Amino acid sequence: MTTTTTMTGVKDGTGAPVFHLTEEHDHDGGSTVIGFWMFLMSDVLLFAGLFAIYAWLGGHYAGGPSPSDLFRLPLVAANTAIMLLSSFTCGLGMLETGKGQAGAALKWFGVTALLGICFLYNQVTEYEHLQQAGATYQTSAFLSSFITLIITHSIHVIVGVVWVGVLALQVFQHGLIEANRRRVLCFSMFWNFLDITWVCVFVFVYLMGVLK
Amino acid sequence: MSADSPPLDPIFGRLTLDAFPIHEPILVATFAVVVLAGLSVAGALTYFRLWVPLWRDWITTVDHKRIGIMYIVLALIMLLRGFADAVMMRLQQAMAFNGSDGYLPAHHFDQIFTAHGVIMIFFVATPLIVGVMNFVIPLQIGARDVSFPYLNNLGFWLTAVAAILVNVSLFVGEFSQAGWVGEPPLSGLDASPGVGVDYYLWALQISGAGTLIGGINLLATIIKMRAPGMSFMRMPIFCWTSLCVNALIVLSFPFLTISITLLTLDRLIGTHFFTTDLGGNPMAYVNLVWVWGHPEVYILILPALGVFSEVVPVLCGKRLFGYTSMVYATVSITVIGFVVWLHHFFTMGSGASVNGFFGLMTALIAIPTGVKVYNWLFTMYRGRVRMETPMVWTVAFMFTFLLGGLSGVLCSIPALDFQLHNSLVLVAHFHNVAIGAIVFAMMAAIDFWFPKAFGFRLDPFWGRLSAYFWTGGFFVAFMPLYIAGVMGTTRRTRVFDDPSLQIWFIIAAIGSLLIFIGVLCFLIQIYVSIRNREALRDVTGDAWGNGRTLEWSTSSPPPDYNFAFTPVAHDVDAWANMKDHGYSRPLDGFNAVHMPRNTSVGIIVSVLTLIFSFAIVWYMWLVAAVSFGLMVLVSIGHTFNYNRSFHIPADQVARTEGERTRLLAQQG
Amino acid sequence: MSHPPSCCGPVNRVRLVFTPEPTRNLVLRYLSRLLGYKSTRCFIVTFPFIERTVLKPHRIIALLPLVAILSACNAVVLHPSGDVAVQQRDLLLYAIELMSIVIVPVAFLTALFAWHYRASNTKARYEPHWHHSTKLEVVIWGVPVIIIGFLGVATWTTAHTLDPYHPITRIAPGQPVPPGTKPLKVEVVALDWKWLFIYPELGIATVNDLAAPVNQPIEFRITSSRVQNSFMIPAMAGQIYAMVGMETELHAVINQPGDYKGYSSRFSGAGFSGMHFVFHGMNNSDFDKWVADARASGAALDSASYLQLAVPSENEPVHRYASVDPQLYGKILDMCVEPGKMCLSTMRALDLKKGNGLCQPHVASN
Repeated sequence: MTTTTTMTGVKDGTGAPVFHLTEEHDHDGGSTVIGFWMFLMSDVLLFAGLFAIYAWLGGHYAGGPSPSDLFRLPLVAANTAIMLLSSFTCGLGMLETGKGQAGAALKWFGVTALLGICFLYNQVTEYEHLQQAGATYQTSAFLSSFITLIITHSIHVIVGVVWVGVLALQVFQHGLIEANRRRVLCFSMFWNFLDITWVCVFVFVYLMGVLK
Repeated sequence: MSADSPPLDPIFGRLTLDAFPIHEPILVATFAVVVLAGLSVAGALTYFRLWVPLWRDWITTVDHKRIGIMYIVLALIMLLRGFADAVMMRLQQAMAFNGSDGYLPAHHFDQIFTAHGVIMIFFVATPLIVGVMNFVIPLQIGARDVSFPYLNNLGFWLTAVAAILVNVSLFVGEFSQAGWVGEPPLSGLDASPGVGVDYYLWALQISGAGTLIGGINLLATIIKMRAPGMSFMRMPIFCWTSLCVNALIVLSFPFLTISITLLTLDRLIGTHFFTTDLGGNPMAYVNLVWVWGHPEVYILILPALGVFSEVVPVLCGKRLFGYTSMVYATVSITVIGFVVWLHHFFTMGSGASVNGFFGLMTALIAIPTGVKVYNWLFTMYRGRVRMETPMVWTVAFMFTFLLGGLSGVLCSIPALDFQLHNSLVLVAHFHNVAIGAIVFAMMAAIDFWFPKAFGFRLDPFWGRLSAYFWTGGFFVAFMPLYIAGVMGTTRRTRVFDDPSLQIWFIIAAIGSLLIFIGVLCFLIQIYVSIRNREALRDVTGDAWGNGRTLEWSTSSPPPDYNFAFTPVAHDVDAWANMKDHGYSRPLDGFNAVHMPRNTSVGIIVSVLTLIFSFAIVWYMWLVAAVSFGLMVLVSIGHTFNYNRSFHIPADQVARTEGERTRLLAQQG
Repeated sequence: MSHPPSCCGPVNRVRLVFTPEPTRNLVLRYLSRLLGYKSTRCFIVTFPFIERTVLKPHRIIALLPLVAILSACNAVVLHPSGDVAVQQRDLLLYAIELMSIVIVPVAFLTALFAWHYRASNTKARYEPHWHHSTKLEVVIWGVPVIIIGFLGVATWTTAHTLDPYHPITRIAPGQPVPPGTKPLKVEVVALDWKWLFIYPELGIATVNDLAAPVNQPIEFRITSSRVQNSFMIPAMAGQIYAMVGMETELHAVINQPGDYKGYSSRFSGAGFSGMHFVFHGMNNSDFDKWVADARASGAALDSASYLQLAVPSENEPVHRYASVDPQLYGKILDMCVEPGKMCLSTMRALDLKKGNGLCQPHVASN
C-alpha cells in the first residue's frame, strides 16, 4: 500500500484515511540535537542567573577592592581573542566533518582544545593574580559573584576540552558514523555557546566593570 | 573550606558517633521498623528468586511505562513518610496549649515541618506527576518510547537517591530546620551550622537535576515523537499541559540550581552571596528561588488539570468542551506563571507599584484557570456522567478547587496579603490546592490509568470510600486552619498561648485522621484489587469503554513496544475517531520493532551521586573526591557504548499480538 | 466615639472607595473598545443592575457561614481595631463577594450537572459530539475577565492606598488626620527571639511590650538583628518583614483601647513560637503612665547592654529601659554595634568611590 503523509494526516492511494503505518522507521537519535539544544538553553538560564546575581551584588565591594583595582584588560582581551579563534577553528572542524574528513576534523578540534587549554592557563594566571592581591571569593559579595561566574565558565571549558579528547577516541574507533556526527554537532554547539558566554562576560563584567 | 576550620578526618569528615540519634526512642524504633521492613523485602525477593527479574525488568529498565510506575511507587512510599510528619505536627499543635509544651521539642518540630514540605513537594507531588507523564505521554502520542530512554532511567534514579538522602538524614545527623525553601540567613552557616541544611541542599540539588533531565526528555519526546498526523492542535490536553510543564521545568529549574548552589557555596567555602555581611543580600536568594518556586507551583498543578481534562470526557462519554480554549488557557497560565514570583513576598515592602503589578499578574491567572473549570463543567453538560472513582475525585476536586482559587486570589491582593501572608490562611490555601487539586488529580490518574498499566481495574468500592474520606478529611483538616488564620495564627508555630485556638487544632487533627483512613482505604483498594484481579480484568485495552485517546487503542498492559504499528491521528481524540471510522485492528504483516536496550549506568551513577552527596554533607573530602571521579568516569565510559538498541523480531511481535487476538476472541 | 465594627456594615462604602467613578469609567471605556459599542451599552445598562441586585444577595449568601462561625470567636482579621486593618477587612469581604458571583453558580451547576446528567438518567439529553459554542466561550472568558477587571482595579488602588510606607491619611472613616499631626515614632528590632521597641522621641525602650495612644498615627521603622522576621499586629495593620541591615516602614493607627496580640509571622528558628508581645492601645493618660513606668525602671540601653540582649534567648519576659542611646538603632541598622566592625553605610560610601582599593579590607576606618 502506498501512503502519502501530509500535514493533516496520512492517506492511502484512494484518499481514504489510514489509521496506522505499515512500515517501521528507526527514529534512533532523531531527538538528540533538539534535546541538547534544550540543555544548552537551560545552561543559558544558569548563566543568566549568575549574571543577574552579579548585576545585583557586583557593586558590593564591602570595603575591599573593586574591578578597577583588579581587572587586567590586556590579558582578558587576549583571552577573548583566544576564545573567538577557538570558535573559528571549531567551525573549520565542523566543515571537515561535513566533508567526512575525520583526520582533518580531528586536527581542527585538537587545535580548538589547545586554544581552550591556553584560555584556561590564562584564567589560572588571572586567578593567582587575584589571590596575590588578597582578593578571594571570601572578601566581598562582588568577588564571590565575579569569581563564581568566571569559574563556572572555566568548568564548562574544561568539560569542552575533555569532550574533545573523548570525541577523538570515538571518531578514531568508529569513524564519522551518524552517531559521531551528532556528537560532533553537539560539541560545536556547546563550544560556540561557551564562546558567546565569554563574550558576555567580557562585555558586561570586564569592560563595564572598568568603565564604571 | 574556611581557613579557621579545624582539620577534619579525610574519610569520616565531621561524622562522629554523636550523629546517630541512639538516645531518641522514636527514631530508634522507626529505624528498627525500616530495617525490619527492608530485611523482609530482601528476604521475600530472595525466597521468590526475584532479584534477577527486579534488576533486569525494573532497576535497569528504559521502558517509560516501568519507569513511570517506579516514580509513582516512590511517590507513594514518600507520601507515607510525609504524611507521618503531617500527623506529628497536627498532634503537636493540638496539644501545645495552656502551658503545655507539646511532645516535640523545637529541634524536632522544626525538622518535621521542613521535611514535610520538602518531601511532599519534591518527593511526592513531583514524582507523581513525572510518573504519570512518563507513563501516559508516549502512549497518548502514539510513540514507542521517549526520546532519551537512558536519561529517563537516570532521572528516576537521581530522584530516588535524593529521596534516600532525605531519609538518611533521619537516622544520621539531622534535617534542615529552615523551612522548605530554606531562606537565608536562617539557612546560612551562622544560624544553621549543622548538617541539616546541607542534607536539604544536596537532596534538592540531586532531585532538581533528575527533574531537569526528565523535563528535557519529555519535552523532546512531545515535540519530536508524536504520531504522524498528530499536529499540536490534535494533541490530547494532558499532553498539552505536559508540554507546558516540561517547558516550565527546563526554564525554571536552572534557577533552583543556581540559588541552592550559591547557598551551598556560602556554607561550604565561605562566599558572600546571601550572607548578611560583606555585601551579601539574603533577599537575592528569596527572589532567585521564587523565580523557580512559582513556576514550580504550575509545574505541579498543570498536569493535574490535564488529568481532569482526560477523565471528564471519557467518563462523561463526550468530547471535551472547548478544546481550543483549554489549550490557550494552559499556555497563558504557563506564560503568566513566570511573572508572578514576587507575590510570595509582598510583605518584603517592595513598594506599591511593584506589589500592584505582581498582584495584577497573579489575579490574571485566575481567568484561564476559571475557563478550565467552565470547560469541565460544560463537558459534563448533556453527557452521561459515570460516577466511577476517577470521576468522584474530579467532582470533589471541582468543589475544593473553587475554594482554593478563591483563597488564592485573596492572597494575591497585596493589601490583603499583609494580613494573610504566613498565616494559617495561606497554609490552608496551598493545601487546598495541593491536596484538592494535585493529590486528587493524581489519585484520579492512578485509578484511571491503572487498568492500562496492569490489565485490571481497581476496586470501585474502596476507591470511592478513599475519595470520600480524603475529601471529608480535607475539609475537616483545613477549614479550621482558615478560621485559625483569620484569628491571627501564624504558620510553623510550635506552642500557642491563645487557648481559644485549641478547638480548631483538635478538629484539624481529627481531619488528618480522616485523611489517614482515606490513605488506608487506598492501600486496601490496591490489595483487594490484586486479589480480585480476575474479576476486574480488562482484555479490551479500552478499560472505561469509551476511551478517546491513543493509549486506549493498545492492549492493557501495553506490550514493550506500545503499538504494533505506529498509529496515525486524523482528529483530536484519535482513538475515538478511529472507532467512529470502524477501525479494525490489523492481524498480520507485523514488522520487527526497534527498541532501546536496558542499561545499568543510571543506577550506578546515581548511587555514586548518593555517596558523593553524603560525603560532602559530612565534609568527607576524600570519599567525595573518589566518588565524584568515579561518577565522571562511568558517565564518560557510557558514551563509548554504541550498542544501545535492538530489534524485537517480527515473529515475537506476531506472537504477542496473536495472544491478544486470542484473548479478545475468548471474551467475545 | 468608638463603636464595635460589624461585618457587613462598611461594605457599601468600600465599593465606592474601590471603584471610584473615574476608574469605573476608564474600565467601561476600555471595555467599549474591546467589545464594540452595542455590547458596551448593554453592559453599562446592566452594570448598576448587577451592582444593585446581584451583589447584595451574594454578599449575604457568601458571608453567612463566615459570619456565623467567626462572630462567635475572636477572628481578629474580621474584627480589627485599627483603621488600616478595617480597610483590609473590607477589601477581603469585597473580594469574596465579587468572586462569589462566579464561584457560587459554578459550584451549584457542578452539583446539578453531576446529578442531572448521571449515566442512569437516560431521560437527560445526551449530545456526545457537542463540544463547541461560541456564545458560551464568550461567556466563560468574559465573566472571569470582568470580575478580575474589577478585582484588578481594587488590587491596584489598594496596593497604593494601603501601602505600609505611605503615611496614613485618615484615622477612621470620615476622619482625616488633622494637619500638623506628628506621628508617634517607634523603632522595632527583631532579635533572637524577642522584640525590641525603641521610642526615639520619648527616649525609652521596651522588650516584648508595645503601647500607643489610640487614634494617634504611628510610624514604625523596622529592622532585624540576625535572621529575618515579620512584624505582625493583625488587629492594627498586618505585617511587614523585619530584615537584617534593611529597614522597612509601617504606618498605622489603633482606634480602640485594648490589648492586642503581636508576634513574628516569619519563622526565625528555635525560639520562634515564644516571639510574641502584647500591643496596648491606650488612651493618652494611660499611655503617659506607661511611659512613666518605663522611665522609672532605671535601666539603660546602650551598645553593651544591647549586645547582651541580642544573645539568643527564648520566651523573654517584658522589660523596659528608662533611657536609650540615641545612636543605637542607627548602629543596629548599620550592622556595626560591635566595636571595630565596618558600618554598612561606610561600605556603601566606599562602593560609590569604587571600593577601598587593595588596602586591607574589613577594617573600620573610624
